[in-house]
Amino acid sequence: MKPLTVDSYTVSSALGAGRAVHVEALRAGTTGLARTSFDTNTLDCWLGEVRDFDVPLTGALSEWDCRNNRLAEFALSQDGFEGAVAAARARYGATRVGIFIGTSTSGVHHTELAYRARDENTNRLPAWFDQRHTQNIFSVAAFVARRLGLSGPAFAISTACSSSAKVFAAAHRAIAAGLCEAAVVGGVDSLCLTTLYGFNSLQLISGDICRPADCARQGISIGEAAGFALLDASAESPLALLGYGESSDAYHMSSPEPSGRGAIESMRAALTRANVDAAAVDYINLHGTGTVANDIAECRAVCEVFGLSTPCSSTKGWTGHTLGAAGIVEASVSLLAIEHGFMPRSLNTRSRDQAIEAAILLENRIAPVRRVLTNSFGFGGSNCSLLFGGLS
Amino acid sequence: MTAVYVEAAGLAAPGLPSWREGRETLRGEAAYLPTPLPSRASAMLPANERRRATPAVRLAFQAAEDAMQGTLLPASGLATVFASSDADLAIIHRICTALTTTPRVVSPTDFHNSVHNAAAGYWSIAAGARNASTTISAYDGSFAAGLFEAIAQVKADEPDVLLVAFDLPAPEPLNARRLIAHPAATALVLTHRPSDRTLAAITCRATTEAETTHADEALENLRLGNPAARALPLMQSLALGSRDAVILPMGLGSNLAIELHSP
Repeated sequence: MKPLTVDSYTVSSALGAGRAVHVEALRAGTTGLARTSFDTNTLDCWLGEVRDFDVPLTGALSEWDCRNNRLAEFALSQDGFEGAVAAARARYGATRVGIFIGTSTSGVHHTELAYRARDENTNRLPAWFDQRHTQNIFSVAAFVARRLGLSGPAFAISTACSSSAKVFAAAHRAIAAGLCEAAVVGGVDSLCLTTLYGFNSLQLISGDICRPADCARQGISIGEAAGFALLDASAESPLALLGYGESSDAYHMSSPEPSGRGAIESMRAALTRANVDAAAVDYINLHGTGTVANDIAECRAVCEVFGLSTPCSSTKGWTGHTLGAAGIVEASVSLLAIEHGFMPRSLNTRSRDQAIEAAILLENRIAPVRRVLTNSFGFGGSNCSLLFGGLS
Repeated sequence: MTAVYVEAAGLAAPGLPSWREGRETLRGEAAYLPTPLPSRASAMLPANERRRATPAVRLAFQAAEDAMQGTLLPASGLATVFASSDADLAIIHRICTALTTTPRVVSPTDFHNSVHNAAAGYWSIAAGARNASTTISAYDGSFAAGLFEAIAQVKADEPDVLLVAFDLPAPEPLNARRLIAHPAATALVLTHRPSDRTLAAITCRATTEAETTHADEALENLRLGNPAARALPLMQSLALGSRDAVILPMGLGSNLAIELHSP
């Protein structure tokens, strides 16, 4: 495929707001995870909570008010992203810019609060509960379009933890098919009890901090995040999406296929679409959730496609697993690695699991980074790999 | 734009239980009566998955398997796009209810079925389909948004794609806040080359023209009562072999115009 230029991008996670604080934290090795309280959570776990964003949406935006859209609002206002979108809107017109946003749970936290406030006698949900503008999966995509003044083709992609990686593929297709000129892609997922108690029911929540690929890893630490990118093939930027690959495990709803078959297919498809050899990839940002099953299957797949020497790491020890936002967070980390010439280490990993042969980075590495592959895998066996590169 | 080809269509809605039966009604050969949709056991789901599959998943399978009757293409070779406004509000209801009790016990099966792409996951397992699969939502515009993504996939990536749209009524108290009046699922098989089974060639463009409606009041109620049923004007054109454009709602300001051509 023809590289698709990344005109502008921004990310907000437990590490803070915007790109600069992410570079700083990734360089310094400071995690955003903490043993913090959230809502009425009683589970003993670490959380990747975004700080200082939880401000009600008011005025014309009040019908959209929920934790997820508040987080979207907060992230949209970082790194001059709105200005870049305004310029694209002026170039092409509001109807020619697509909006493709990934989320796994959208504003379901709002529904949790509404269920707590049900009328004891009638079982009715409270009057303030607006399902369409909060819990519905499309809510966040419609909110982003509204905030940015865009009216092009818009949908939310919700394929669990691969959601906001797959938005890049959807945007490329829509632009390549001539259905829009440019696209805002992104992902937003916020903390809620549904995912905390849901992952806990599957025994995937770690009591310890998330330690990807570590021999004593116990599972995931859940985080929240939002990020966006403006994709425009005619923009002048040194950063681009070079390829993408998508596949399905066709194996199990909530466990990865152990041989990594689906992951191998998505990584190979990304390389093929970009016409890039595996050897030309400098760094791999792993899905690396910190569960026993994911890390083994993924690293097996990485070794099959890339051999044993390509440096790789999961950055979930910094941000936690941000679920439907993981794709955009790790796309942003990949772009930062290219822009700033460093490969982040696998934070919190003390001793690599002997069963994992991939070249897990235990220290940050400072080196030119020309191409990065990043993986995102989700429930339902949904796999997506993105390849980013510098266009020097 | 160059066209993509509609190879087959599938239906599962009140009064339109399959494409074979429903197309006669859509052609006007039989009066439309909104008789409840009989549930049909999936021929494809393996026993383990059949036990765990929810009504939402089974509804999606009903239209998907119906569409597969109209093609010789193997299900394992198709990419998929699933489109649903709300997927499974019964699960959201059960989980949100469980979260108000002490102790909070969320069913692990409910949680893994709660992802918006659950139907897509079950389909990939049942069909042995390892290609790309996307699941989208665009509220009442979900069908057209799914069609948009499916057309873009066929054109940009050149696979053949199964598109499945589905939604079903929520339990109370959610039903009062998100009214989906009846269960409905619609499906299309789209290909990048025509075959002797092709129903029509289609192209699409964004438009601000008003969406196509049905003159028949009962059919119009069906269309408006479920996001997946917003596909009905297109299904009717395919049934009639009509070459008139249909306009489907797509979510935000713009609608999607589908032009139909002879293959």
